[in-house]
Amino acid sequence: MIKVEKLTKRFGGFTAVNGIDFEVQKGEIVGFLGPNGAGKSTTMRMLSGFLPPTSGKAEVAGFDVFADSLQAREHIGYMPENVPLYTDMRVSEFLRYRAALKGVPGRRLRERVGDVLELCGLKDVEKKLIGNLSKGYRQRVGLADAMSHEPDLLILDEPTIGLDPNQIRLVRDLIRNLRRHHTILLSTHILPEVEMLCSRVIIINKGRIEALDTPQNLRAHLGQAGRILFDAIVPDASAAASALRALESVQSVSHRADGEWTVFTIHAASGNDPRESLYRHAVDNKWRVREISRPPVSLEQVFAEVTGGEES
Amino acid sequence: MRKFLILFGREVSSAFHQPLAYIVLFFFLIVTGFNFQAGVTLLNTGAGTVTMVQAFFNTVYFWFPFVLVFPLITMRVFAEEAKMGTIETLMTAPVKDVQVVLAKYAGCLFFYFILWAPSLIYFVVFQEITGVKAAEAVGSYVGAYGMLLLMGLLFTAIGCLASALTDNQIVAAIISFAAILGFFFLGLLSFLLPSTGTFLRELTYYLSPVEHMMDFSQGLFDTRPVVFYISSTLLVLFATFHIFQYRRWKS
Repeated sequence: MIKVEKLTKRFGGFTAVNGIDFEVQKGEIVGFLGPNGAGKSTTMRMLSGFLPPTSGKAEVAGFDVFADSLQAREHIGYMPENVPLYTDMRVSEFLRYRAALKGVPGRRLRERVGDVLELCGLKDVEKKLIGNLSKGYRQRVGLADAMSHEPDLLILDEPTIGLDPNQIRLVRDLIRNLRRHHTILLSTHILPEVEMLCSRVIIINKGRIEALDTPQNLRAHLGQAGRILFDAIVPDASAAASALRALESVQSVSHRADGEWTVFTIHAASGNDPRESLYRHAVDNKWRVREISRPPVSLEQVFAEVTGGEES
Repeated sequence: MRKFLILFGREVSSAFHQPLAYIVLFFFLIVTGFNFQAGVTLLNTGAGTVTMVQAFFNTVYFWFPFVLVFPLITMRVFAEEAKMGTIETLMTAPVKDVQVVLAKYAGCLFFYFILWAPSLIYFVVFQEITGVKAAEAVGSYVGAYGMLLLMGLLFTAIGCLASALTDNQIVAAIISFAAILGFFFLGLLSFLLPSTGTFLRELTYYLSPVEHMMDFSQGLFDTRPVVFYISSTLLVLFATFHIFQYRRWKS
């Protein structure tokens, strides 16, 4: 559905997107993940035909987004960041105008607008002025607009930004329901959202793709070099830490006191699992053990790792 | 064509969704009404060398609102979309940029026509009540309103260009106001220059809206202003189209 080759965008001397390649298949939900200023919005703007690429090319549904822009745009429903809407129009009037503009034939307009109003839960505000709507409703109007002409591809730039948790859940449920009919490319920096919604994740930083995989694989990939938590009561914490460090496949050990317990955080060498040897070591030294665990790696850590940010 | 009509409809409705439209209509009616009244007074006292149509279209009360109104009509069209960000959804909809620009231009012109439409009634009422002909011949009407249309074409285009240059409506209004007023005063120079036949005199005469209106409202047709207004309108619209499109320029 999307095919991007060596796509580059420069603004003067600043390179916002630097030669990225990726493909999205029909029916996928792909999450575009990255810190602010990573090039997510710029990439999406190029895909939607708003900005021309400096070099490289992008195809949507087989049409070049620059050379055959009009045909490509017919297949795209694009919701920009911050959801710009005509605040002087009423909800149904706006959707009707947008659907007509995007080529929905006159006889199908009423039905189509009714459908998206229903789907996005906008029935009770259809006669209201968009300017008087809350942020959550506006977001849903934007979503309704994006899908009003039944596009094959939805490009949603930060669809849940600025919403309260309830509204986030509503929008997220809505997106999940859309996956049956649309291919979706969405950007976000809310990580749990990606884990919940997306079949694949593209992590982008400083205009380059840092990782591109399923959320599970990304997690697993990092999980091998993961952290191990080890809680025990030991006579001398520093001595115990150096003893643990000497164990095979342990790379580094840090510790802190938690009452009479000492919590060791152990980083294992890639591909190794030292939990069993930790257990033996504890038994041999007659330490009392409360926990030996490998906490699952969240995408948050993957994200921090690949984008070089601080781990929280 | 369908997309153009949809966009045009949106332009017209958005113009009337804002209070400014009604304020402009209201004050425009007051000033043109006053202008008409001044014309009647002139006819009552004057030697009767001018007709009502000439009196109406050649006073300062006519030119003042005429020049002022274009920035107010056009400042919104592109600047507001750029400011609100709706330009992004507009430009990513499957419509041609030229359709967008022409629809916005046509929307402004439509509003301009609505502003002037009531003035036709004045002349009907005038003839009805006084029994005096408002113009010597039909050509006088055609000339005056034809010139009104020609000047409207150019000045609306200038306003649209100014609006496309910025995302600030006030800045757009100031640019178009300065441009239109500058052009208008350039034409007035021909009254200050003493000798006829010099190049500068000929040039300012050629560009002068006041002179054009004076001729046309007498029913005197001259193809030069017609060519001038239409060709410069096309030039300005062409520039507007490319300015609107600058986001699509390859860098």
